[in-house]
Amino acid sequence: MREITIGQYIPGNSVVHRLDPRTKIILTICYMILLFLLNNFWGYVFPLGFILMATLLSNVPIRYILKGLKPLLFIITLTFILNSFMIKGRVIYEIGPLDITYEGLSQGAFMAIRLILLIVGTSLLTLTTSPIALTDGIERLLSPFKRIGIPAHELAMMMTIALRFIPTLLEETDKIMKAQMARGADFESGNLINRAKNMVPLLVPLFISAFRRADDLAMAMEARCYRGGENRTRMKELYMTGLDIAAFIIFIVFVIGVFASRFFV
Amino acid sequence: MSIIIEDLNHVYMPNTPFESLALKDINWDIQDGEFWGLIGHTGSGKSTLIQHLNGLLKPSSGRIIIDGVDIHGKGVKMKNIRQKVGLVFQYPEHQLFEETVERDVAFGPRNMGLSEKEVTNRVKEALESVGMRYSQIKDKSPFELSGGQMRRVAIAGVLAMKPSVLILDEPTAGLDPRGRDEILDEIVQLRKQRKITVILVSHSMEDIAKLVDKLAVMHQGQMVRTGTPKEIFRDYKGLTQIGLGIPQITELMLKLRERGKNVPADILTVEEAKAELLNHIRRKGNA
Repeated sequence: MREITIGQYIPGNSVVHRLDPRTKIILTICYMILLFLLNNFWGYVFPLGFILMATLLSNVPIRYILKGLKPLLFIITLTFILNSFMIKGRVIYEIGPLDITYEGLSQGAFMAIRLILLIVGTSLLTLTTSPIALTDGIERLLSPFKRIGIPAHELAMMMTIALRFIPTLLEETDKIMKAQMARGADFESGNLINRAKNMVPLLVPLFISAFRRADDLAMAMEARCYRGGENRTRMKELYMTGLDIAAFIIFIVFVIGVFASRFFV
Repeated sequence: MSIIIEDLNHVYMPNTPFESLALKDINWDIQDGEFWGLIGHTGSGKSTLIQHLNGLLKPSSGRIIIDGVDIHGKGVKMKNIRQKVGLVFQYPEHQLFEETVERDVAFGPRNMGLSEKEVTNRVKEALESVGMRYSQIKDKSPFELSGGQMRRVAIAGVLAMKPSVLILDEPTAGLDPRGRDEILDEIVQLRKQRKITVILVSHSMEDIAKLVDKLAVMHQGQMVRTGTPKEIFRDYKGLTQIGLGIPQITELMLKLRERGKNVPADILTVEEAKAELLNHIRRKGNA
């Protein structure tokens, strides 16, 4: 249960941690778009260089980032294998009716690297930005769209609350699981139907407690006169600094590199 | 049934930036039939420690030996250990899930694979031993009961497994004084009837002083002291330094001593104090 690293925040005070969350969100989105603009292997040098630099600057242990890749290893491998077999071209090896082609292998590797870079990039965002900063950033980025009816504040508040309660609910799950195990419950063995049945002693208390918490939280917010986003000020305003401008400039250099690679290779 | 803990260490989330040493070099010897109290500041490792006693947590190093058997040795069935060592968590009413009280209490015994007849017998016995009428309550939904009643049903759920060691993690937290006294009384009764070993985790020094024979003090993941309540509570300064207190009545007697009154320092209950103070006044009257 505690193996989940995607969405986990590692506190720190590095350059990357100190960037404005808006900068990090925008850069991550641009970085993702950039990955899809690439059309050859050489182009990868630039996003790879960018993400490597960001990782080193962030002081996040590399094995932490690699751990985030683990749950998605299956999808990456599947992408690679499917691509290797499905694409027609020069045949390298034959297994029965299936051919592995040179084009397939290279396309497979290309897709796999793209996926890996995507995951590493996005997990670096959440690893270096606290959930609160992240939702603050999203709220600010969405606020211009309020005019066309997008409830930016409400969306951000819902996200904040959801993120805030992930660890709480995990802890609760752990506790109830242990309490039922102490009464001889078994969550690990048996066939699929039995296992689903065995989850009842876990899920019923978990739902009850989630509803109770939601109720309490709503009450506490009302008691403090919460009325949505109108006229709310904030304790910590977000400011863009020289650091953010520097980050954008560095990123643009890499973007130019990517476009150059499209034309010259 | 005896439990021996040898050089127990527990590391939370090893190999991550959140790694922390939760328990350090714990040695603890619990003999058959003893009534232990476990006290310590919030976060001192009490809950982590008791979860080791029935194998819910696995030590990073060290051994837990129950009746001469290392519980993490080969071929030891955790289900048997958990039947022998019953653990009542904090706020146990949060684990209730069944449609009726009877079925909820029956959850443990059913998991043990007992016959329906035996299960019913045990449910009945467990509910009666926490002071509830089986016939009145068995078909009610656990969620329509009061907080104190829910707590007792949840405790009955553990008792129905007939453990020979019963561990209770703050069984009285959040109850009113009457509910608290009732639950503690029931624990004392149960211990008398079934001759079981009891470990009580509590923040109430008064309850601890009144009930237990032996006391263990936890501080920052270490077991800093063990002894009888009289021995432990004598050291007022040491205890306050680690964020704990002593029973109010013991504190009162210590204050009286500071003012030069000749009263004993190891008084634990109001009754004892009353007797000693009356003695003191009488002596003064005679002098």
